[in-house]
Amino acid sequence: MTLVRSILLRREAGIVVMIFAFCLAVGLYKPHFLTVQSLRIILLLVPLIMIGAMAQMLVLVARHVDLSIGSILGFSAMVVGLMYREFPDIYWLVGFPVAILTGAFLGLGNGLLVTIFRLPSIIVTLGTLSLYRGLTFIISDARQINRSVIPTELKAMSRTSPIFDIPWIILIAFGVALMTYVVARHTQLGRQIYALGSNPEAAPLRGIDVAKVTLVVFTLAGALSGLAGILYASRWGFVNPSNTGAGFEFQVIAAVVIGGVSINGGVGTVSGTVLGVLLLGCVSAALPLLGIPGSTQNAIYGAVILIALLIDRSVRQRGVTSLSRAAS
Amino acid sequence: MLKKSLLAATAVLTLTAGTSTAEDIDIVFVGKNTGNPYFDSLTQGFVDACEVIACNFEFVAPATAEATSQIPFLEAQIQRGVDVIAISPNSPDALNQVFQSARDQGIIVLTVNGDITGNEQFRDATILPTDFTKVGADQIEMVGSLIGYEGEIAILSATTEAPDQNFWIEGMNETLANDPKYANMTLVATVYGDDQPEKSTTEMEALLANFPNLKGVIAPTTVGIAAAAQVVQSRGIADQVKVTGLGLPSEMREFVKDGTVEGFQLWSPYNEGWLASYFAVGLKNGTMTNEVGGTFEVPNLGTITINEGNSINTQAALTTFNADNIDDFDF
Amino acid sequence: MMNSTPAPTRELAPARPTWHIVLVRPETMTFLLLLFGLVGASFLSPFFLDAGYILRSFTLTAEMSIVALVLTMVVISGEIDLSPAANMALSACIFAWVQDAGVPLPIAVIVGLLAGLAMGALNAFMSIRMQLPSIIVTIGTLIFFRGLAQVIAGDRSIRVPDSFIGINNVMIAGIPLPVVIFVLVAILLGLVLGTTAVGRQIYQIGTNQQAALHAGINAKKIKVGLFLVLGLVSAAAGIMAASRLGSVRYDLVLGGELQMVLMAMLGGTYIFGGRGTILGTFLAAWLLVIVSTGMTVANLLPAIQLTVLGILLIVAIIATNFIYARTQR
Repeated sequence: MTLVRSILLRREAGIVVMIFAFCLAVGLYKPHFLTVQSLRIILLLVPLIMIGAMAQMLVLVARHVDLSIGSILGFSAMVVGLMYREFPDIYWLVGFPVAILTGAFLGLGNGLLVTIFRLPSIIVTLGTLSLYRGLTFIISDARQINRSVIPTELKAMSRTSPIFDIPWIILIAFGVALMTYVVARHTQLGRQIYALGSNPEAAPLRGIDVAKVTLVVFTLAGALSGLAGILYASRWGFVNPSNTGAGFEFQVIAAVVIGGVSINGGVGTVSGTVLGVLLLGCVSAALPLLGIPGSTQNAIYGAVILIALLIDRSVRQRGVTSLSRAAS
Repeated sequence: MLKKSLLAATAVLTLTAGTSTAEDIDIVFVGKNTGNPYFDSLTQGFVDACEVIACNFEFVAPATAEATSQIPFLEAQIQRGVDVIAISPNSPDALNQVFQSARDQGIIVLTVNGDITGNEQFRDATILPTDFTKVGADQIEMVGSLIGYEGEIAILSATTEAPDQNFWIEGMNETLANDPKYANMTLVATVYGDDQPEKSTTEMEALLANFPNLKGVIAPTTVGIAAAAQVVQSRGIADQVKVTGLGLPSEMREFVKDGTVEGFQLWSPYNEGWLASYFAVGLKNGTMTNEVGGTFEVPNLGTITINEGNSINTQAALTTFNADNIDDFDF
Repeated sequence: MMNSTPAPTRELAPARPTWHIVLVRPETMTFLLLLFGLVGASFLSPFFLDAGYILRSFTLTAEMSIVALVLTMVVISGEIDLSPAANMALSACIFAWVQDAGVPLPIAVIVGLLAGLAMGALNAFMSIRMQLPSIIVTIGTLIFFRGLAQVIAGDRSIRVPDSFIGINNVMIAGIPLPVVIFVLVAILLGLVLGTTAVGRQIYQIGTNQQAALHAGINAKKIKVGLFLVLGLVSAAAGIMAASRLGSVRYDLVLGGELQMVLMAMLGGTYIFGGRGTILGTFLAAWLLVIVSTGMTVANLLPAIQLTVLGILLIVAIIATNFIYARTQR
């Protein structure tokens, strides 16, 4: 156990080294990159991905995957946007429970399809990716929710701060990461998620209700995507039926896989995921500064995922061989 | 919701049944994509015009603005046998083959709000909101007036290949180079936010980081100007960096009201739809001809001239929006 | 088709009546849906029922349908590939880019095809050689290939020469060439899967890889071969699309992986491998065209199509799982 843990620690240390090396390299060329101002830019880029990555991490640890989180984000944001448009007098904070519940509901839909019909989550969520996006168009009549509709207080959360001049949405994102850490490490649910993911066959024998845990994981992922939805409205000040959340799932999967969450379930840490998110944030912020066209960004993300997969595999194999050596 | 779509389906049925008896002209407008607020206003122009003159109007658009996504919709309109296809093309060349087969069947093809530059032979005419050759100069004058005709400026555009934006940027460069009025202004960078809020924001932040003496930013795209304004608003530097460009009043109102943006420009998308309907019906009825140099009358817009390349403009110059008049516009 | 019921049906259970064997099959479901779709679409719009129009519309998805046929074989073998749509875009971009740079057309085509083959090889290396789950690997390559296409083409559309444009206007006995190619590929692959030793082995690998290995089948070799063929066919499909459109952009068939997987699933291919037929995918391809053109010609909101596609995918896997669960043992 300590051995596995030390490997994981090394993985996180590796990402930290990569982040520092990358930032230094960029900083040598553009000293401005190493200022507080640019830290603020990076941190303002990542809150949505951070929250989505926490959702995806839980799902991956349970040996599933959720491709629909971008569409859940879009749908929840649209529901909230429509609410603000139709009921302009409503108290703006009401949007948060509405978005989270909407997301949880859609996530529960994924979970039910996966558990009741025993279907692979990747195909189910590929279907709901399309389905939820289509529903977003239908409820909005394919019209955008404009800036004027989004409450000023909500938009201000992306600029104003309660403490240390750190905007609200950054605090919320790190708060979500902290809560995920607590759930993953210090609750029975967390232990069950890891146990389920590392060995689904043995899980029932250890008294784990597989269906229940799976449902909870997908519902949580949906709820977090819903939260990301209302924060999208806060950050960008509009909700568009086709753009909002589109491609979000790929960014999130990239961050999570870089962070060392194993696609084979059972392995993954909040700290690794947070670092993975920050590394992606540094890359996104550095590209325009260096004058590299944004069109290279997707190729970089894709390459990073593939490399992370290979690293993940070699780490796993080394772990297995050293474990067996220790055993013999 | 399902009920609503079924209703829509039956509405389409009855509508098409109606057309076989009445001799109304069927106009369809194929937008770039659904959910694009710009086209709401443009479409309204069509709708209102068709209530005055005899035409049936429908708006369709694909879910995404990728180059080929309009093709199935065009094929479907050909199959339906509409009289006029108006379209804001997503690609300057991928639609050529479909346009050809539409025109082979006698359908009039009008590009609206953007042209298929280099492939003009595949459409009948183009309806553009204003004289695009003047946009560049107008925008330079706009930013010059905001920064006192002195200092560094930058451009935050849409995509690197966006034909209209590139044409305007060319005009801006020429104006800066040739007009002594702007001799003290230097264009330090042209960057591209790909019309995505995230990328536009990071590009704007990078501009501010790379050019600390930046005085003004022109964003000739509705997504870009909103993103640029948001960055300036968030940093509270509206007195140091002036953001202007082309934007929608509905999206910019907040920034004008709180002083982040002093002024920006655009045209009336509504009038494009209005003019396109009159022109389409006129062509079909034979009361107008599509000849370069010809003129025709459109209510509210006056005398319209068909320019070189069968290009028609709805207004002579850009409209400028500022704190005084922003509340008069609702698109 | 005849192939997916391998001869040794166990005699222990009471024999199912012939009508049961014939009717309770996923392909029957697809066929009935197809008929239902035809009736529904002609009811939605009076302009729909026109063979010429349906064939013309099919040319818009013919390239993807051809790829879906090969994808069906990959899924039967127990793997999956979500990257063919991105492969189509990247191959087409490389092809157009190379010929735009002055390379003669035939060589440009070969370069494009080789690029597709290399992409198939990358998928095979990661999924088979490195034994990573193909589903995650191909999500990675999907983003990577699409990203590379964006690097090559940027936001630009690359023209192809006029002489190369218009594969969809070439008619053979009144049928557009892409449709003819689709039918021929379907017949060929149907024969391979249904009548050859390799075809049988693909089913065996997908049903139980361990048992197949013990039976002396080189599962790795066959799977690598399937990924390579899929890469090559995707590239060919991408180049066909370039000929139909006259120009190439990085966003060619963006999101097409959903439709391809949908065609295979809707045709009754079992997501866990071992079952499925080319006939099923063939019928499903037509079903999708009829559903989507039926809705387009009725000027329905495109979002309704997205919704319907999503629901169809989920219903299709539930139905095939159900049918297979009942007809097994």
